[in-house]
Amino acid sequence: MNRKAAVEWLTSDARTYAAERRGWLYAHRFWLARRASQALVLAIFLTGPWLGLWIARGNFASSEILGVLPLADPFIFVQSLAAGHRPILLSLIGVATITAFYFLVGGRVYCSWVCPVNVVTDTAHWLRDKLGLTRDRKLDRRTRLWIIAAAILASFLSGTIAWEFLNPVSTLQRGIIFGIGAGWGIVAAVFMLDLFVTRRGWCSHLCPVGAFYGLIGKHSLVRVSAINRTACTDCGACFKACPEPHVITPALKGTGTHLIVSGDCTNCAACIDSCYIDVFEYGTRLSSRHAAPERFIEPQPAQ
Amino acid sequence: MKNPSPIGQHPAPAESARPGTERAPPARKAEKTSSSAVSRRDFLGGAAKSAGVACLAAVALDQFIRTARSTEAKALRPPGAIDEEEFLSACVRCGLCVRACPYDTLHLATLGDSAAIGTPYFVARETPCFMCHDVPCAKACPTGALNAEIPNIRHADMGLAVLVDHETCLNYKGMHCSICYRVCPIRNEAITLEKQTIKGRQMVIPVVHSTKCTGCGHCEKHCVLEEAAIRVLPRPLGQGKAGRNNAGRGLTGHGSLKRGV
Repeated sequence: MNRKAAVEWLTSDARTYAAERRGWLYAHRFWLARRASQALVLAIFLTGPWLGLWIARGNFASSEILGVLPLADPFIFVQSLAAGHRPILLSLIGVATITAFYFLVGGRVYCSWVCPVNVVTDTAHWLRDKLGLTRDRKLDRRTRLWIIAAAILASFLSGTIAWEFLNPVSTLQRGIIFGIGAGWGIVAAVFMLDLFVTRRGWCSHLCPVGAFYGLIGKHSLVRVSAINRTACTDCGACFKACPEPHVITPALKGTGTHLIVSGDCTNCAACIDSCYIDVFEYGTRLSSRHAAPERFIEPQPAQ
Repeated sequence: MKNPSPIGQHPAPAESARPGTERAPPARKAEKTSSSAVSRRDFLGGAAKSAGVACLAAVALDQFIRTARSTEAKALRPPGAIDEEEFLSACVRCGLCVRACPYDTLHLATLGDSAAIGTPYFVARETPCFMCHDVPCAKACPTGALNAEIPNIRHADMGLAVLVDHETCLNYKGMHCSICYRVCPIRNEAITLEKQTIKGRQMVIPVVHSTKCTGCGHCEKHCVLEEAAIRVLPRPLGQGKAGRNNAGRGLTGHGSLKRGV
């Protein structure tokens, strides 16, 4: 019983209800998959230096998979262009590959399924809940777009890849892969920001890397869909679990498409996990069931 | 822990989490939902404000970068690195050069190291460059920050060895140490021993030839002193250049030298 109480206490408030009704594992299935995915992606880069098994070399800024496929970060690439660098073919192929991938599966899928900072900020958010910290300095969600603009402008002014002088995202993942040294300071700063200063401050308000993927992925194929929105009981769990709750409203409460179409959505599936009646599921823009839902449901009463 | 309540009757969600409600004041919500309600004045004002903030942030970031870059003067870049100015517009800090190096010479800088965070560098005194003939690090670079086209390692300009303190150099003390000469991978070209007579004594003095030295750092690594008397410096630090010093003495006046043109 003690163990059960501990697990219940550790479960975030947004998932408690789903966990009670459907089991802890089921209420964390996508969360577990995401953590596994994040660990797996890092592991792929770490088997080389640790075990001598070279699946991937490099890091998320630019890498080489199985000695053939180049991958490269498009945001860094854009800054590099602004800084006046003329790209070579290899980086063009890498950038095109990544851009195409995020165009297909959703730009901010990087944020929730790959980025290691996501673990840091999710932990901060969970701890914030558990410690009852409600202090929240408001930031505009569009700040990150202006940071993108500032980073590109600063790249142009300084002739360097400007954001990389600060970027906690690359600092952490490069740190895990190559050794982090004093870079922990930057990561700790992000953790403190999210814990003490503002709710979901880094990923949802400031980080230009995720925001850039959001711009790419705005029209991406894979989307979360509020397919059973008529069954919604307004329990609010999805809004609590979602790192970008504003993206849910149009799909769940609107009368148009069931798809969550905002580029801000990270496709993390926290809404799917936390809902105890399967209102949400993954879908694609191409599926008529998700994209043209009116045929399948009764019209919604005006809100 | 609360007991699960029946469907449709569980506890009311937090105010902020209720669907369709945003925490922002109503006025702002209206502004967001129907763009036509935003007056042109508000729109232009908002856009100008945001653009101003972005410009300020850009200038701040630019200044920060300039400060951060002051450490780079000392950092030795991998073989084939293009000019430092261009290098920082090209290097994405991926570490493919680090992985390609068979000797663990290269590192990616972390916060507080002597190079910009995440960029590759090496410390000659710890692990010098072993001058692989085929320059695998430069070949591995995906962006051209390291020039993969250099014909061989002898064209790798990592820096220049400089005898920074001849007073502690054992050869200048009349000994025949010459370790720097003996460990040089291109001995007799990059570094030679020159017989000199200093204060009436015959000495053998190591002399670096700047056109041949690649800055691999073997001499610095193996200098027997506690602090190396010969060190590899990036070219801008280690090498002089002919021409007139604008900050020096003028062309006229007492003691001035007329330099031949």
